[in-house]
Amino acid sequence: MKNTPFTQKHIALGAKMAPFAGYNMPISYTGINDEHAAVRKNAGVFDVSHMGEFIVKGENALDLIQRVTTNDASKLTAGKAQYSCLTNDDGGIVDDLIIYCIEENKVYMIVVNASNIEKDWNWISKHNSKKAEMHNISDKTCLLAIQGPNAAKILQPLTDLDILNLKYYTFVKGKFAGIDNVLISATGYTGAGGVEIYFEDKGDDAAKIWDKIFETGTPQGLKPIGLGARDTLRLEMGYCLYGNDIDDNTSPLEAGLGWITKFTKDFTAKSILEKQKAEGIQKKLVGFEMIDKGIPRHGYEIKDFSGMDLGVVTSGTQSPSLGKAIGLGYVRTAFAVPDTEIFIKVRDKLLLAKVVKLPFN
Amino acid sequence: MSFPANLRYTKDHEWIKIEGNTATIGITDFAQKELGDIVYVEVETIGKDMEAGEVFGTVEAVKTVSDLYLPVTGTITELNPILTSSPELINTDPYGEGWMIKMTVKNAGDIEKLMDASAYEAIVA
Repeated sequence: MKNTPFTQKHIALGAKMAPFAGYNMPISYTGINDEHAAVRKNAGVFDVSHMGEFIVKGENALDLIQRVTTNDASKLTAGKAQYSCLTNDDGGIVDDLIIYCIEENKVYMIVVNASNIEKDWNWISKHNSKKAEMHNISDKTCLLAIQGPNAAKILQPLTDLDILNLKYYTFVKGKFAGIDNVLISATGYTGAGGVEIYFEDKGDDAAKIWDKIFETGTPQGLKPIGLGARDTLRLEMGYCLYGNDIDDNTSPLEAGLGWITKFTKDFTAKSILEKQKAEGIQKKLVGFEMIDKGIPRHGYEIKDFSGMDLGVVTSGTQSPSLGKAIGLGYVRTAFAVPDTEIFIKVRDKLLLAKVVKLPFN
Repeated sequence: MSFPANLRYTKDHEWIKIEGNTATIGITDFAQKELGDIVYVEVETIGKDMEAGEVFGTVEAVKTVSDLYLPVTGTITELNPILTSSPELINTDPYGEGWMIKMTVKNAGDIEKLMDASAYEAIVA
């Protein structure tokens, strides 16, 4: 099992640790509800250094990215980032990812899920017919997400870069906490605002940055946050988790990712997805909240009132912010309309739930 | 973590306290820590005659769900009513206010087969 440069920090803080995507990761420190509330109301720090980063550069870099991803990366200018996904030959999702435009038409960073690093690398390499230069920098790249309404304000004294006014899905690069070449982006997986910071793991830079962040942040209530709260925070926003809500067998259209699927350019399985769009999709990812008492979990069946199969739950939890049980799941398209009553099979009982709009509220 | 000496324990991480032929049952400090924030306890076996080792209910935490196993044979008489509104008491006071059920024990001697505090501590340490 791999460690991140911060593993010993997590253990010293008393975190509950568990393997995730081959890494020894912090699941929680003081408890999911407590950590979740800290991020929604103030700010918290996630070590997500397990995520993968690829550099694609050269004159054919954009062409490669355009052919393998669904969103239109030609819209990106230096300092902008974009949510996108890789599609397979059948129109399923290889991975969802973020593309950072470091230098327009020349240098891009692709940030991928930890569990998919090898799969994505092989997939993109296979399509690299025009030999764009590719580097897998996952192992030497640290990633901390500092999320919450006060995150940027807490970090601003650590840098001369203007992070307080950083627009959503843009980034800057420069000196942070005394370390050069730190990339700071207004991105995240919590819906709470804040930034993500990328930097190279060299010398004791990682420890320095971690210590500086907490030296500044702790008096202002900044807390370390584990993967448990990361999951409840993203689920409240209705953000997809690869392997749960989206995978090789779900299409971006079924997953509600039509907004990152641009038919104005060519990409893998474009024609399949165009056909899907024209004919209508059979199943759709929806948010639902429980009306009966019970908590939906990944893999539970979704039924209609007569017990007919509608689909399956892909994510579920008790929402710490909303105080109710919520979930995501695929249902037959006719049942995807908000306020439709559906039933979740929890152990041997069918419990009433209703389809709701995302994000949950 | 604490393991009170006046209780008996199961390998499934329940504790049991016997007074006469009535027993009080909950989950251990170790179990609540493993589960994390508990949000819901479901027990629908009140009044049913059940064997030791049978599932009598489930406990739902934010991230996970776990079955609850009856430590001894008997009949469940009560679910702790405060857990409906305050399931977090299982996290904050697992051996006190966070108790889960009371039951009538068929054979009070069964409890002697369960682990004492030091034996239980040895398996979770």
